[in-house]
Amino acid sequence: MNTTAMNTTAMEPAGAATAEWRDFLALCKPRVLTLVVFTGLCGMLAAPVSIHPVLGFTAMLCITLGAGAAGALNQWYEADLDAKMRRTAGRPLPAGRMDRQSALHFGVGLGAFSVLLMGLAVNLLAAAILTVSILFYVLVYTVWLKRRTPQNIVIGGAAGAFPPLIGWAAATGRVELLPVLLFAIVFLWTPPHFWALSLFVRTDYANAGVPMLPVVAGTRTTRAQILLYTLPMVAAAVAPWPLGLTGAIYGLAAVALSGLFLLLSARVAFSQEADQAKMKPERRLFAYSILYLFILFGALVADRMVLA
Amino acid sequence: MNPLPDDEIRRRQRSRALVMALLLGALVILFYAISIAKMA
Repeated sequence: MNTTAMNTTAMEPAGAATAEWRDFLALCKPRVLTLVVFTGLCGMLAAPVSIHPVLGFTAMLCITLGAGAAGALNQWYEADLDAKMRRTAGRPLPAGRMDRQSALHFGVGLGAFSVLLMGLAVNLLAAAILTVSILFYVLVYTVWLKRRTPQNIVIGGAAGAFPPLIGWAAATGRVELLPVLLFAIVFLWTPPHFWALSLFVRTDYANAGVPMLPVVAGTRTTRAQILLYTLPMVAAAVAPWPLGLTGAIYGLAAVALSGLFLLLSARVAFSQEADQAKMKPERRLFAYSILYLFILFGALVADRMVLA
Repeated sequence: MNPLPDDEIRRRQRSRALVMALLLGALVILFYAISIAKMA
């Protein structure tokens, strides 16, 4: 064994030999995966063409594995940042339960496998969009934007918006207006969702040196931006109904859910609270934003099934 | 960081190997099902 290898071994935690399978699962950000899988599944079920159940399951598996790989590579790259934030310090890498090389190998292997399987078993378009989504999350968001600009989650939010597009492409082999609108909904939903969170954990981001909007531009600007991004999000969410792409079930659900989202955003926008511990409207908006996406996409599927 | 005892390392390796075996088994079944679905 040469000196460099010995030093590396000495610096690393016990790592690959001691990481549990649960640590590899945690590397995939399972809580984030639920939303990814759900929106991907809704994109697939909303498509006008039915897909063979086995191929549909395979497509969903590939979306899940691809998103998990992106999460693993994100944690591999951000281990130093995660160690500085209370919310993320318990993850496998900053907690020292896994070495970085294992995380890298796991992420690359899982990502390559998911794309290959999607291409071979489902179709090339879905595999291509899956590839773009993984690379976008890892290279554009994690490596390029996150540490450089407060616009990180605005542009990076596109990565999380791909699953409904992939689900639709897996079923139909095409990309049409409705899945593009679904992409737009998640893309425009991401800034209010993350900025609501970043308002009440901004000291965490500040300590880690992440230029989130409240850290760089202050809470007042962030509150205004939350409301500003909510407006086009509401428009994108309601648009499929007047455009004739969905029926009234989705349309009415979108109007009601988006109206409440707008109300909660307005409360955040006009709040003057500076104490993070007392930011109830912000916490409420963050919690509701997750529920919003689940119910909205659920309503889309219900609408398509009733129409069918 | 204190090194883990050998018993604990072996327990973790065993549980990882078991999960890996289950995953490989599941993949075999999945690939078979995909082949049948593609031929249908």
